[in-house]
Amino acid sequence: MEHIINVPADLEKLKELRAGDGVLLSGTVYTARDAAHKRICEAMDAGQELPFELCGSAVYYVGPTPAPDSCAIGAAGPTTSGRMDAYSPRLLDAGLKIMIGKGERNEAVKAAIVRNGAVYLAAIGGAGALMAASIESAELVCWEDLGCEAVRRLTVRNMPLTVAIDSLGRDLYETGPEAYLRSEDNNGLR
Amino acid sequence: MRTINADLIRETVAKLCIKANRELPSDVLEAIKRAEVTEPWPEAKRILGLLSENVALANDKCLPICQDTGMACVFVELGQDVHIEGDFETAVNDGVRLGYEEGLLRKSVVGDPLRRVNTGDNTPALISLHLVPGDKIRISVMPKGFGSENMSALKMLKPSDGVEGVKRFVLDTVTAAGANPCPPIVVGVGIGGSFDKSANLAKKALLRPLDERNADEYYAELEVELLAAINASGIGPQGFGGRTTALALAIETMPTHVAGLPVAVNISCHATRRAVAEL
Repeated sequence: MEHIINVPADLEKLKELRAGDGVLLSGTVYTARDAAHKRICEAMDAGQELPFELCGSAVYYVGPTPAPDSCAIGAAGPTTSGRMDAYSPRLLDAGLKIMIGKGERNEAVKAAIVRNGAVYLAAIGGAGALMAASIESAELVCWEDLGCEAVRRLTVRNMPLTVAIDSLGRDLYETGPEAYLRSEDNNGLR
Repeated sequence: MRTINADLIRETVAKLCIKANRELPSDVLEAIKRAEVTEPWPEAKRILGLLSENVALANDKCLPICQDTGMACVFVELGQDVHIEGDFETAVNDGVRLGYEEGLLRKSVVGDPLRRVNTGDNTPALISLHLVPGDKIRISVMPKGFGSENMSALKMLKPSDGVEGVKRFVLDTVTAAGANPCPPIVVGVGIGGSFDKSANLAKKALLRPLDERNADEYYAELEVELLAAINASGIGPQGFGGRTTALALAIETMPTHVAGLPVAVNISCHATRRAVAEL
């Protein structure tokens, strides 16, 4: 099933998403990866104001390449989400609703997704040019010193994503391979 | 004795960095397209199609295939009858600096592993230098992303673990990697040597064209067997399930100690990039 989701307008619809569903995402998405997550948590520790409103937001784990003149952004595929597992439960409890990345998450992140009615969406890893095609604009928000890891505000249109972990905690990285192997068994191919 | 100016090495490395990041080698692209045809699982087939589309799009727009334009692994086969005019290592690093700047590639290197400040120019390169007969220089640039590098592993097995132990370790490593290294992956396996040499062999195995098997029949058969076992795991493209978990597996070996059996598994993603030039 394919869903059309606008952020932040359609946050109520996130509960309808199921692991394995397709999503075309439009709206505002913030970039943050390892170093930015560390700084966000440090800012929370220090009681400082965050560089963007975390509550109800979507974060994309990406460090793009520099943009050529003809494009809004360079190659912009997802990085491995698992490295953000140490920080994600805290961000989810503070209101983060959508995480976009690639690869498995740990149990603590899954529990925080369920607890907060959030969702984890997978972009296609290694498809930097393809993912960039759905990004209309990118502007620096903060921490320019982090280079490719700086926080940027992206405007995306119909970004092609797959629901990897839904708000019930169902995980495509488990259910997908299981379903495939069952079909192979049923077809007598294994 | 043939003289080659270091400036030529710099220019060549710069061009190779850009080419490697924008154009997928034809053997890798062919392997992805072949897998799209043979893949039985519809979602996996769809993703394999998108991976080819991404490669075409990168070509059209002069964008890198993947935003992780990697650390620049530079393999140099230096003819022993070549005299380099100027400093070789400086030339290679200047080439990486130039290529990553002009090619709008991402600077992904920190100068210190714990204090982690970006060097700002993607240097230093990881240089492997081999002296060979002749008066030519062959330079291969392999930009290596760390999504897959992070899932690599090395183990000092016991000789009694034998080939079964090697198979188990390779499969365990790939299974543990799951979706993280951006499957379908390419697997480089190094067996033998010492702790460090087995890792070098595994990386060298990733340079081999995907359709080329080990010249030794015994290892060629082991490559085929291990690839089939990996593709029975069900992980599939992106880890969403499917047959195509790996596109290829290459084994490189060397003599080792009577007491040891080192095995290294270096994982690369579907964007296994390399570009080669001979001077």
